[in-house]
Amino acid sequence: MKLDARIPSGPLPQKWDKHKASIKLVNPSNKRKYEIIVVGTGLAGASAAASLAELGYNVKSFCIQDSPRRAHSVAAQGGINAAKNYQNDGDSVFRLFYDTIKGGDFRSREANVHRLAEVSVNIIDQCVAQGVPFAREYGGSLANRSFGGAQVSRTFYARGQTGQQLLLGAYQALMRQVGLGQVRLFPRTEMLELVVVNGHAKGIVVRDMVTGKVSSHSADAVVLATGGYCNTYYLSTYGRGSNATAIWRAYKKGATFANPCFTQIHPTCIPVTGDYQSKLTLMSESLRNDGRVWVPKQKGDKRLPGEIPESERDYYLERKYPSYGNLAPRDISSRAAKQVCDEGRGVGESGLGVYLDFADAIQRLGIDKIRERYANLFDMYHEITHEDAYKTPMRIFPAMHYAMGGLWVDYNLMSNLPGLFVIGEANFSDHGANRLGASALMQGLADGYFVLPYTIGDYLASQKTGSRPKADAAEFKQAEQETNERIQKLLSIRGRKTVTDFHKELGRILWVHCGMARTEKSLKEALTLIPALRDEFWKNVNVPGTGEDLNQSLERAGRVADYLELAELLVYDALMRDESCGCHFREEHQTEDGECQRNDEQYAYVAAWEFTGVGKTPTLNKEPLVYEEVHLAQRSYK
Amino acid sequence: MNVKLRVWRQKGPQTAGQFVGYEAKNINPNMSFLEMLDVVNEDLTKRGQEPIAFDHDCREGICGMCSCVINGEPHGPEYKVATCQTYMRSFHDGETITVEPFRAKAFPLIKDLVVDRTAFDRVIQAGGFVSVSSGSAPDGNAILVPKPDADLAMDAAACIGCGACVAACKNASAMLFVAAKVSHLNLLPQGKPEKDRRVLAMVTQMDEEGFGACTVTGSCEAVCPKGISLNFIAKMNRDYFGALFKAGPKPAAAAEA
Ligand code: FES
Repeated sequence: MKLDARIPSGPLPQKWDKHKASIKLVNPSNKRKYEIIVVGTGLAGASAAASLAELGYNVKSFCIQDSPRRAHSVAAQGGINAAKNYQNDGDSVFRLFYDTIKGGDFRSREANVHRLAEVSVNIIDQCVAQGVPFAREYGGSLANRSFGGAQVSRTFYARGQTGQQLLLGAYQALMRQVGLGQVRLFPRTEMLELVVVNGHAKGIVVRDMVTGKVSSHSADAVVLATGGYCNTYYLSTYGRGSNATAIWRAYKKGATFANPCFTQIHPTCIPVTGDYQSKLTLMSESLRNDGRVWVPKQKGDKRLPGEIPESERDYYLERKYPSYGNLAPRDISSRAAKQVCDEGRGVGESGLGVYLDFADAIQRLGIDKIRERYANLFDMYHEITHEDAYKTPMRIFPAMHYAMGGLWVDYNLMSNLPGLFVIGEANFSDHGANRLGASALMQGLADGYFVLPYTIGDYLASQKTGSRPKADAAEFKQAEQETNERIQKLLSIRGRKTVTDFHKELGRILWVHCGMARTEKSLKEALTLIPALRDEFWKNVNVPGTGEDLNQSLERAGRVADYLELAELLVYDALMRDESCGCHFREEHQTEDGECQRNDEQYAYVAAWEFTGVGKTPTLNKEPLVYEEVHLAQRSYK
Repeated sequence: MNVKLRVWRQKGPQTAGQFVGYEAKNINPNMSFLEMLDVVNEDLTKRGQEPIAFDHDCREGICGMCSCVINGEPHGPEYKVATCQTYMRSFHDGETITVEPFRAKAFPLIKDLVVDRTAFDRVIQAGGFVSVSSGSAPDGNAILVPKPDADLAMDAAACIGCGACVAACKNASAMLFVAAKVSHLNLLPQGKPEKDRRVLAMVTQMDEEGFGACTVTGSCEAVCPKGISLNFIAKMNRDYFGALFKAGPKPAAAAEA
């Protein structure tokens, strides 16, 4: 397959403007003749649905929650980056672009990342105008903080709940359009199939999660904004409902899946306490602004943190990366934590944890300042662990957090299936092999408010108005039938293991064999374990209840069935990529001091996989990464 | 620890519901309340029975999806904590815990502990936004917001839209929710142009949805997982009557208070 990224020619800083000026437009009176389906209502989905409706398109918006406002973007805590340079500290579009490319370990597309940095400034303006209550200085201007992987203060925030506030902004914009009749909302509705007609994505099959009814919706274009796939690992910081079914169905219908092995592990989560654990909670990385990360110098030191004198502590991030210190990027901090725990210097009952200590910051700034900055995070930590982080250091450990990989898209955010657009975390485009903190919110909103509304017109202009198929066309009927058969199959097995049993086992296999460190041997093992587990699932899973009402076991069963396939692709990709880069750490490829050793000659490409059948080796397509502006360098945060 | 549960089971809106007893054994006190329900559900599934349906998503107290009444209190015993952030250490060994859905006319039951809260979305649709389309905003710092105003707006904006306030109120009033939403935007300069229209439209929609009247007993504030203050209700009433006054006579007051 030939993948054409359709990156505009010309100098990097002018590509986006030039592209906007040259792509096709849909005339205003024609916009209302087009229907667009948007699946997912997180930052990307809600902002896209609202913006498209504002332009005059008819939009149908789907989400699995009871309200669009609950999408898991809501949980992002720390902030959103923008190259505003309000702090006068030397920030610029170029610097944000460069930090993001470098942070991604040179595995993302230059043109996309530059565009992201450019529109970052518009996002802040838009959100302020919507009434997002960003933190302010006494003079009334916007406040900023710094974040991992950057040496400037460019992060905007709303207490510790930036995600919720930005999502409310987008949700309110969406609700305004619903009120105006421009968007029709379908909550508690799950997309179970993508429908492709004559090679173009023209609709979806959904299940009403309350009545169990399976039905079809046709459209002129379909937008997926359904987030990432890290719940494949069972334990992650995702919402429990977040799932990969929409993108996986699209993959099986011909959309290519790019860089699936790029899954980010966030360094500051609350450590696992027991087998019953259902999810991991992240503590915002912004805590690393004021917290110092350390472990005892001695192995197996069981003293309480307060009893360990300064001289016997190892502030390992400050030691290893003096210029970035505690603000080293996520992949590097996570790996460093794993290293010290592997050495037997981890803290807490399980030995899988490191300290994040605020004592110095409290002494320097006073407890009130710390409270003002992080009160809700300290409260949350207290709720979960019952420990007071004002008095004793927090314990943190890395956890699965974000998928940089996702469906392949071109510069217009359209997948290789014409008419299928993929935005936000669900696509692969901007973060390379590692995402910097406070960049996910930025990308979701950039795609939804400022990129897709332009680029989707380029496709729609090529589709005759009124040419979309009817929702009872043969392709839809067939997709509905397949969906119903699959549901019946899941309900009819009545085996002995629960869906959760399988999901936990899959998560364990992935975490051990394809987690923070990967080897050829571990990956090959995973490639035998996963298909075996999948076979067992289809013989021995027990899904109680029926398909005719709210059935949460059935919902989860369908999602886990997809994870059991996706996991295999993830491992294929990790095995194929015989280099270390960003979050993808192949133990065979490391520098003397244990950092990632990239192989630019052989692997400076996007790996876009094509489905060939369940259990069959997928086909690899390569999109070479061409760097016109930046010079590929070994990442250094020393 | 071991606890006994009395859980509301109801197949659907048309069927009658009832309490059913379950036992949760060998529970770790550091388990969250929902993780305890997971354990019970796993056990039910293994015995071929349908697990208890309950709403949840983020499990970190921010999405507002979880919604149980535990021992008579929405979100359970702890102050300023959502159901998903409630831990088993808040209960005693051997205790019988009663678990029910949020009950209110405006929140029809779907199944077991799951209710329909789309009424809240419709209140927002009526006016809970600033009418600014993508791309038409001035520079972020062109709009200066005094820090105290921004902080107060943020206090109101912290509402997670869970509906506990409604479930706690003997009249099933949604005043705290609506007040938080109105205040968040009405306090900011960006929200000023639509201030009057917003409060009138949202209060009207609230009444249409069948939420009850507010008598300011404060039970809503007491169960709010984000500690949204009753003061916002007073503020909304001021905005409401101000707007009514400007708009000329209009029927039905926002609150009896
Ligand atoms: S599950 Fe999100 S607030 Fe409880």
